[in-house]
Amino acid sequence: MNNVFVYCELTEENSVAEVSIELCSKGRKLANDLGVKLEAVLIGNMSEEIASQLSPLGVDVLHLAQDKRFSPYTTMPHAAIVCGIFRKEQPEIALFGATSVGRDLAPRVASELRCGLTADCTSLEIGNHTEAKTGKEYTNLLYQIRPAFGGNIIATIINPDTRPQMATVREGVMKKEMVSNNYNIEVKKVDAEQFLNPAHFAVEIIERHIEAQKINIKNSNIIVAGGYGVGSRENFKLLFELADALGGEVGASRAAVDAGYVEHERQIGQTGVTVRPKLYIACGISGAVQHRAGMAESATIISINNDPNAPINNIADYVINGEVQDVIPKMIKYYRSNSK
Amino acid sequence: MSFRIVVLAKQVPDTRNVGKDAMKADGTVNRAALPAIFNPEDLNALEMALRVKDQIDGAEVIIVTMGPPRAADIIRESMYRGADSGILITDRRFAGSDTLATSYAISMAVRKLFPVNLVIAGRQAIDGDTAQVGPQVAEKLNFPQVTYAESIEAVDTNAITIKRRLERGIEVVKMPYPSVITVHGSAAPCRARNAKRLLKFKKARTLTELQEESMDYGDLFENRPYLRIQEWSVEDIEANTEYLGLGGSPTKVKKIENVVFTAKESLVMEGNDEELNHLMKNLIDTHIIG
Repeated sequence: MNNVFVYCELTEENSVAEVSIELCSKGRKLANDLGVKLEAVLIGNMSEEIASQLSPLGVDVLHLAQDKRFSPYTTMPHAAIVCGIFRKEQPEIALFGATSVGRDLAPRVASELRCGLTADCTSLEIGNHTEAKTGKEYTNLLYQIRPAFGGNIIATIINPDTRPQMATVREGVMKKEMVSNNYNIEVKKVDAEQFLNPAHFAVEIIERHIEAQKINIKNSNIIVAGGYGVGSRENFKLLFELADALGGEVGASRAAVDAGYVEHERQIGQTGVTVRPKLYIACGISGAVQHRAGMAESATIISINNDPNAPINNIADYVINGEVQDVIPKMIKYYRSNSK
Repeated sequence: MSFRIVVLAKQVPDTRNVGKDAMKADGTVNRAALPAIFNPEDLNALEMALRVKDQIDGAEVIIVTMGPPRAADIIRESMYRGADSGILITDRRFAGSDTLATSYAISMAVRKLFPVNLVIAGRQAIDGDTAQVGPQVAEKLNFPQVTYAESIEAVDTNAITIKRRLERGIEVVKMPYPSVITVHGSAAPCRARNAKRLLKFKKARTLTELQEESMDYGDLFENRPYLRIQEWSVEDIEANTEYLGLGGSPTKVKKIENVVFTAKESLVMEGNDEELNHLMKNLIDTHIIG
């Protein structure tokens, strides 16, 4: 069987992006399950030194395509190089971050290679499959698992006949895990020119203003998250007050972000970030499965909701049937009085 | 000077109002059981196309959608708002197509409309949130692409300069034609219906709709050809059926599970002072906070 590949993204500071590190960790496990190697692809303007960021994750081979024209990312050169490498190496599985880069690149690659791609997976597993009609048996397929369709269902998608089996995954869904500090990584320099022609550089970047990540709710131990039920941007201030008091961060459901109550970077769930804090306080969040996909592994969950039947209450350790505006000030008050 | 803009739009089930019979036994979506709406980001795409049209003399905007006969609704809606014409790609043999098969069918339809300068689509549709069809259509046409577009910075008949909205900032890129743009929801909302256009296109119909309504439109299409919404089948777009439908889709749905709550035993409170005092004390004592 062939190997597992991860397309790695670079940050503005030219280090390997967090989402790619997480995917390498997941890729390592999938490769172990299959008994194959883990290979990474990095395309950009960086030195070979960058391999040291990937080796502790258990990456066996790094395909490095280096040129100043490859950074910042543009679609066509990256797609051509990735397709070129994949045609030669025939990966079994290829993983991409579900970022503005991965979601731009992976479909283009999947289309060129005519293979299946599943977006925003919340879980990836290896499993078998029997085709119902023909009885044909498939072993060791990639189960690409994601909530679908308004979140009422969880779908398991497979690509029985096409390779690579491709998936994108959001930042925070997979856990970063170090394998070894002296894992041996082989760096293969890619002769990118063989895959490129001038037409690949048709899109010209004129200007870029990318800010360093300001909000990082993923690493917070305490998250106070608000949903559409919070009601307004104004009411969200209460959540910030509680988060400040507890030393936590504010998160939000997609509905709250779509309503403009808070920034997109705070969105938790399938199309936002996945968090696993010690304490998750869900305020006015009904708890669609896409949201729960991003927070269900929180150690302790408190739900504050005026709807006693909100789905999120089913996974909460503490359910407070009440109005967010009434409950939060009391929580702040009793936190202060008890912590003194 | 002709300048042809194709807008890709999709009629989607309103996933905000999903009922129990939303899924069929084979794991595909039972669209008939759901209210159908114009995919929100496709409306942003239509607006961007109309803005290009506003700035380029002689530009035309053609809406292309793939779906069941009732998807003609969004073509009419687009006409009311400024689109010049529309094409409905509809054929039972498209049913069950995944994003790859869908983008193949759409790209074949766009080819029938060549020469095309720009293809503009919403970034993603709310029923799948995959954001895959735009880039895949671009690849099938061998056009460059710009995704996550928020606004047009400049446009003429040689190139378009677009501001992209990324996770933590913006990027401004310049792209020649022919090319594909996918539009982010942060882009300008679509202009409202125009009263004159509403009157003009109210009777726009597909042939199937005319037949279903059993109405005598006489030689409606002959006198007012702009009222005809084209319906294109597999044959019309000269597609290879091998690449269409479930058979042409590399992704298969193995399993659909209803979401099962692994209900925890929750402590339920009414939120009075005594309870919250106790809760906060408990959280501090167990070192969850503090």
